[in-house]
Amino acid sequence: MSATATAPDTGTADPLLRVEDLTVELGRGAAARRVLKGVSFDIPRGSTLALVGESGSGKTTLARTLVGVHRPSGGRILVDGAPLRAARGREGAATVQMIPQDPYSSFDPRRTVAQSLAEALDPVRARVGPVRTRIAELLGQVSLDPDGMDRYPHEFSGGQRQRLAIARALAPRPRFVIADEITSALDLTTQAEILNLLADLRRRLSLTMLFISHDLAVVRHVSDTVAVLLHGDLVELGPTAATFAEPEHPYTARLLASVPGDPRFRLDGEPAPA
Amino acid sequence: MATDPTVRRRRRNPSLLAGAVILGLLVVVALVAPPLLSGSAETLTDDARLGPGAGHLLGTDAFGRDVLARALVATRLTLLMAAAATAASFVVGVAIGALVHLAPGWLRETCLRLIDSAVAFPSLVLALVIAAVLGPGTGSAIVAIAVAGVPGFARLTANLAATVADKDYVLTARLLGVPGPRILARHVLPNISGPLLVLLSSSFTLSLLDISSLSFVGLGVQSPQYDWGRLLNEALPSIFAQPSVVLAPSLMLIVTGVGAMLLGDGVASLVDPRTRGTAPAPTAAPDAADAAGTAAPAVVSRPPGAAGADAEPDGLLTVAGLTVRAGDRTLVDDVSFTIGAGRIVGLVGESGSGKSTIAMAVAGLLPEGVRADASRLALGDLDLLGTPPGRRLATEIGIVYQDPIGTFNPALRLGTQLTEVARTHLGTPRRQARRDMARALADIRVTEPERRLRQHPHELSGGMLQRASIASAMTTNPRLLIADEPTTALDVTVQAEVLRQFRRINREHGTAMLFISHDIGVVGELCDTVLVLHGGRVVDRTTGRDLRRGTVTHPYTRALLAATPAAVEAGATLSAVRWTADTPPAQPAGTPPYEAPLDGTPPDGLSPDGLSDTAADRPPAAEGSR
Repeated sequence: MSATATAPDTGTADPLLRVEDLTVELGRGAAARRVLKGVSFDIPRGSTLALVGESGSGKTTLARTLVGVHRPSGGRILVDGAPLRAARGREGAATVQMIPQDPYSSFDPRRTVAQSLAEALDPVRARVGPVRTRIAELLGQVSLDPDGMDRYPHEFSGGQRQRLAIARALAPRPRFVIADEITSALDLTTQAEILNLLADLRRRLSLTMLFISHDLAVVRHVSDTVAVLLHGDLVELGPTAATFAEPEHPYTARLLASVPGDPRFRLDGEPAPA
Repeated sequence: MATDPTVRRRRRNPSLLAGAVILGLLVVVALVAPPLLSGSAETLTDDARLGPGAGHLLGTDAFGRDVLARALVATRLTLLMAAAATAASFVVGVAIGALVHLAPGWLRETCLRLIDSAVAFPSLVLALVIAAVLGPGTGSAIVAIAVAGVPGFARLTANLAATVADKDYVLTARLLGVPGPRILARHVLPNISGPLLVLLSSSFTLSLLDISSLSFVGLGVQSPQYDWGRLLNEALPSIFAQPSVVLAPSLMLIVTGVGAMLLGDGVASLVDPRTRGTAPAPTAAPDAADAAGTAAPAVVSRPPGAAGADAEPDGLLTVAGLTVRAGDRTLVDDVSFTIGAGRIVGLVGESGSGKSTIAMAVAGLLPEGVRADASRLALGDLDLLGTPPGRRLATEIGIVYQDPIGTFNPALRLGTQLTEVARTHLGTPRRQARRDMARALADIRVTEPERRLRQHPHELSGGMLQRASIASAMTTNPRLLIADEPTTALDVTVQAEVLRQFRRINREHGTAMLFISHDIGVVGELCDTVLVLHGGRVVDRTTGRDLRRGTVTHPYTRALLAATPAAVEAGATLSAVRWTADTPPAQPAGTPPYEAPLDGTPPDGLSPDGLSDTAADRPPAAEGSR
C-alpha cells in the first residue's frame, strides 16, 4: 500500500526529492526480508518531511537507501528529476548529507573538530589551514564558539556534538539533508536546543530535509509534511498540522494517543491489542 | 593549571617512563658494549670455567671468555634481529589486514579465512619450518620470524578495522566523498593504532624469544657470531656444573621483554587523545554532581511547608536525609520523601540528576565504592540501612529495569528465569510456580503465556519482555515496586501499553511504586507525586495532575515542561533555558517563587541557550558508561 497524498503548500511542480514506489530488500536468499514495500513521497524544495515510525518500520533503511548504503530492489529515487546515483566523491557529497543519530560515534575521536570539518570541505586532502575561516563560519552557524575548533570531540557535550554534526552535514552545501533520529540520544533541554537550531536553520538556509524520528511530538515542531511508516508501508502522508489534528489512518491515531502529555493519552480504559 | 601539560602527561604515564628507561639502557648497552667489551668477550684465555668472582662477575665459559661481557655484547645482535623481524611482520601484516578491507566481498571473506587459519598455526613451528627450508643463519632466522608474525598483525588489523568501519564517522566520511584509501589512512588506522602498538610490543617480545629459540636449537645465529639464544645453547652442556653461565642471557631476555611491554602500554595511552592528560574541555563544566557537592550546604532541599505533607502517617517507604557519595563526589544530596501505601511517586530529571542512584540506594543495589547515608531509610518496619535480611529485601521490593533484553539471561528459557524468585525465596514447587507465572503473564497481556515460558528471551519483543519482567517483579506481591526508566527503551505505542499495566497493578494490588523517568510526560500521566531532581537534589515537589495541566510553579519544572515537545504548541519555540546549579534553591512553600519569563530573557541563574552554558547535558565523564 502506498499513500500518494500530495505534498502541501508549494505544490508538486518542483519536488527536490521524489521517491517513487521504493522497495528495499535486505539480506539474501532465504533470509531476504522486504523492509520497504513500495514507498512514494515528494519533498518540495525548502520544505521538511518528517518520517515517523516505530522500531522495525524501515525508516532507517530508507535513510540508508537514500545515501546509497542499501540498493533499492525496485522503484526510483529522483533528485531534481534526475535519478539519484550512488554518487561518490564531491558530487555525491553535494547532493545529500546525513546527520547521524549518535553524537558519540559520529566523530573520529582522534581528529579535532577543525580536522573533521576540513574533511567535509575538502574530502581528499582535508587540510585545516586554508579553510579555517569557513570552519569558523560553519561553527557560528550552529552557535558554537569558533575558538573551540582545535579541540577533540570528547571535550564537547552531546548537544554540542550534535551541533557539530549538523555543521559538518551542511559544510558541502548539500541539496538535501537527512536527519536520522538526531535528538533521541539527548536530554530534554538539549533536544529543545537542537530542535530550535534546526527550525532556525530551516528558515535561514531554506533547507530541504528528511527528518526521521520515532517521536511524534518532536516532528510536530520541525516538519511541514509528515509521513508515517508501519512495517515498511507508508500509511499516512499529509501536512503536519492537519495530520496531527485529524489522522487518517488508525495507526497514526494510535501513535498520537500514545504520546504521554497528549490530550488523547489515556492510562485507564480500552486496552489496545498488543 | 600552572603545570605544563606535557609534564603532567609524563607523570601520569609511569609505564611509558619505565619502559623507555629500560629499553633506553638496553640500546646504550647495544651501542657501547661491543667496542668496549668485545676483547674480554671474545679472547680465548686459559681461565676456563671460572666461578663468579672479582675478575669475572659471572665467571667464564669453557674457552675462558667473560660470560657477562658476552651477554652484553650479544645485546646488539639480538635486539637488531628482533627489531628487524618485528618491523617486517608489522608492516606486511598491517598492510594485508588493511588492504583486505578494500577488497570486494568474496575476496575479503576468503582472505580473512586464510588469515584465521594462519594464526591458528603455532608461530614457532612455522618459523622452524621456514628456517629449516632456508638453512641455518642469521638472515633466514629473521625472515622466518617475520613471516611467522605476519598473520597476527593481519588478523588484528582486519578485526579492528571491521569494528571501526561500522562507526558512524566512517559512514559519514564516505558520504562526504572521502576516497577509500584515505578513509583507511585517516580514520581507520589511527583509531586502531592503540591495540596495534600493544601488539607491536608484545610481538617484539615474542620475536625476541622465538629468535633466541631458533638460535638455541642451532637454526639461528651461527658461531662465531652469538646472540642470547646462542649463548644459552653454548651454556647448556655445563648448566649443572656452572649454573651462573645461563643467568646473564636469561636475565637480559626477561628485562628486554618487560621493557618492551611497558613501553607498548605507555605509548598506547599516549596516542589516544581521550586518555592523554589534556586540559579539560572548554565548555565542560564541573559536572552536575560535582557542582552539587561544592555548592553551599545551606540549601534547603525540602521545603519546610511540604515536610508535613511528606510525613504521611502510613508512609510505607521513608527516605530521610539520603545522601549518596562516590569518593568525594556527592551524587545525591540530602533527599527526603515518603511513599504512602498504594501511591506512585515519580522521580524525574535529566542525566546526572541522581534519580537512578536514589532508586538503587533504596533497593540496596549501589555499586561498589558508592556509599549511602540517611537519617532514616525504611520500608515499613524493614530498615534498609545496613544489611537488611536478603530474603525480605527480595520479596518486599520488586525491581523493573530499563533494558528488558539485558535483564534476562539469553541462554535460559523464560520459564526458568521468571519462576526463580518464587522457587528460591517462596519455596513454591516448580509446577505451581509455572502455573502462577502463566496466569500473571496473561494478566499483564502477554499473548500465549504457556508458550512464552518455553521460549528464550530473543524470541520475544522488547515490550513482551518488559511485561514479563514486570510480572516477575510482582511474583512475591512486593510492597514496593521500583521501576527505573522501564519504558525508555520501548516504542511509544508499547510504552503506553506498559504504562497501563503499571497503573493496573497499582489499582488491583495496591502496590506502591517508585517510578524513575527522564520523561516528564510519562511521570505526569502515571504518578501521584513527582519529585523533580537536579544535580542530586530535589528542586521541586509537585503532582502528576499539576504536570498534566501545566500548573507548576517552580522555574526548573516549568523550564522542563516548556522544553517538552508534546507540551508546547507546534510552531512555538521550545524553551532551551538551562537551569544551573547556582540558582537559588527551591523556595519554601508559601513564598511565591519568582516568575520565570519562559519566552523572554532568563532571570538570574538561568543561562540562555548557547555556548556559554556550562552545565553540559552529558558530562564527558559519563561517556565511558556508554
